[in-house]
Amino acid sequence: MSANAKPYGLIAEFENTSSVLHAAESVRNAGFRKWDVFTPFPIHGMDKAMGIKNSKVGWFSFLGGVIGYTSGMLMIWWMNAVDYQIIVGGKPMFSAHGAFPPSYELTILFGAFGAIGGMMFLNRLPKLHHPLLKHKRFALATHDKFFVVIETTDPKYSESETRKLLEVAGSKRIEMVEE
Amino acid sequence: MSDVATDIKVPTVPAELVREPLVQNNRSFGWISDRVSAITEGKTPKWWWAAFIPSVCLLGMLGCMLFYQVTTGVGVWGNHHPTMWGWDIINFVWWIGIGHAGTLISAILFLMRQKWRTAVNRAAEAMTIFAVMCAGIYPAMHVGRVWFDWWLFPIPTYQGLWPQFRSPLMWDVFAVSTYFTVSALFWYVGLIPDLATMRDRAKTKIKQFIYGLFALGWTGSNRHWSNYEKAYLILAGLSTPLVLSVHSIVSLDFAVSQLPGWHTTIFPPYFVAGAVFSGFGMVLTLLIPLRSMCHLEDVITMRHIDVMCKVTLATGCIVSYAYIMEFVIAWYSGSAMEKFHFMNRALGPMWWGWIMMMGCNMIIPQLFWFKKVRSNLVVVFIMSIFVNIGMWFERFVIVVVGLYREFLPSNWDYFKPTWVDICTFLGTFGLFFTMFLLFMRFLPMIAVSEVKGVTPQADPHHPSAGGHGNGGKH
Repeated sequence: MSANAKPYGLIAEFENTSSVLHAAESVRNAGFRKWDVFTPFPIHGMDKAMGIKNSKVGWFSFLGGVIGYTSGMLMIWWMNAVDYQIIVGGKPMFSAHGAFPPSYELTILFGAFGAIGGMMFLNRLPKLHHPLLKHKRFALATHDKFFVVIETTDPKYSESETRKLLEVAGSKRIEMVEE
Repeated sequence: MSDVATDIKVPTVPAELVREPLVQNNRSFGWISDRVSAITEGKTPKWWWAAFIPSVCLLGMLGCMLFYQVTTGVGVWGNHHPTMWGWDIINFVWWIGIGHAGTLISAILFLMRQKWRTAVNRAAEAMTIFAVMCAGIYPAMHVGRVWFDWWLFPIPTYQGLWPQFRSPLMWDVFAVSTYFTVSALFWYVGLIPDLATMRDRAKTKIKQFIYGLFALGWTGSNRHWSNYEKAYLILAGLSTPLVLSVHSIVSLDFAVSQLPGWHTTIFPPYFVAGAVFSGFGMVLTLLIPLRSMCHLEDVITMRHIDVMCKVTLATGCIVSYAYIMEFVIAWYSGSAMEKFHFMNRALGPMWWGWIMMMGCNMIIPQLFWFKKVRSNLVVVFIMSIFVNIGMWFERFVIVVVGLYREFLPSNWDYFKPTWVDICTFLGTFGLFFTMFLLFMRFLPMIAVSEVKGVTPQADPHHPSAGGHGNGGKH
């Protein structure tokens, strides 16, 4: 441990979903802002316990879908009815029916891009470095343990008080993580 | 109003309504990641090599066949007038249909909250992607001059000519390429948390780096999970209309034409049901041996096999209905050409194709009505192969039998595949199994984080999670 290592936050380990859910509730009630729960799988009810609002990913996907559909329709209209017209089987140069299937597929394609891109953007992924990933014990967050982390930069943070709060919440193992 | 609160009587759940747990033997979270990761971490088993080496040989054969076909011409296949679509289109439709079960499991069953899907969705989605790769080879190759394939995409060319969007074949280009892209993305998004698990377990630096790179720095943060779950839900919501549209559009390649036997409105729903049917056949063919070889009996349980047999039965019945309805419509249409086509289908020189189709897709799946059959793995495995064969013959009946006796009897000609047709088809199995074996050796074959999420202890209110146990049991 180097002397100039800055503390990142307190990490508290929990054994099961119920205890981590209740711990999250008490951390939220204490008014913390810069904190998070780390779990191997999404826990039902955790968003509510942490006070997280509904995700905004849907808007990104909606925007993608709208772009996909309109660009599909416009592209087909411009290519086949404006830029280079060819008469085929007496069919109209542009028909919404004929243009619909490819535009429908593009709606889905761009909607999917929007959903994934939105998720990545909102989560700030990909991320090449995270202080927690250096912490040995934290590797279990993708295995079978549950963690609550409160960052030192939180205005409500105080080493002893915060540690006590996490102890009361039922954590048996609380450590300091360095930046 | 009495002062004493009366106890509410909670009726006990009858034994026959208690569902079997999705993960058997009450396994812990850690056990699930250990068990699934063991497949990628342990020594390469001998059976893996025994399957991998022949697969790579077949893949090599595919390469040779495609090289021969590109350098010589499409004439090396059996396609000839009037059967201008032969094994190429049969195999294209067959492979792409197989993919549909993967998307059905990953998307539609997710929307329907069918939690059992978690044990099989990863492998089924991988199957989808590899099947679409095999399928994609055929339309790309059957155009003859493959170096002009890029004309299929709306890219400006030197002639200033654009793709012709009034043709259903163009719709197909968009449907299949979107299907491949979205399936691959959906699969990858599902993999991210499990890649993080693999990263955190990795013993060597190289593994840590590669898994870490693809895990994108996933930490399991609940703020991330919140966006992640929403994105996953939306992808499932988008993949559902996608999977229904892909095989509908594939069917429009036929139905928009004027040929008797092809020009029918029943095609889109019938193709989608058939695709799901054949896909579940392939999922069963793959997973029954894999679950025992990889010791995954507690994750892919008999209940999973049972449910998949039921889906196969249900879709098989829909397909059978369509087979019969086609005859009824031909009779009711009063069209001499339609009537002739269907008489020819059942009684013409290629009657055996029709018999294979009806036998494998309509009659054999009826055995799935019996619990005894559904719980016998050997029988289910054999039946799943019959489903695969039957669905191949369905496409044979549609494509070849639809073409070889066209309107003018002077144009009639019998169809025979060439050795190149057969070797190319066998070669696509090489591609499929090579990809699948590599996938199961290097990536978690079961969606680890999702399976953990459906165990009883994942529910914070369940007694095994330290909860207060308002789930009925104290």
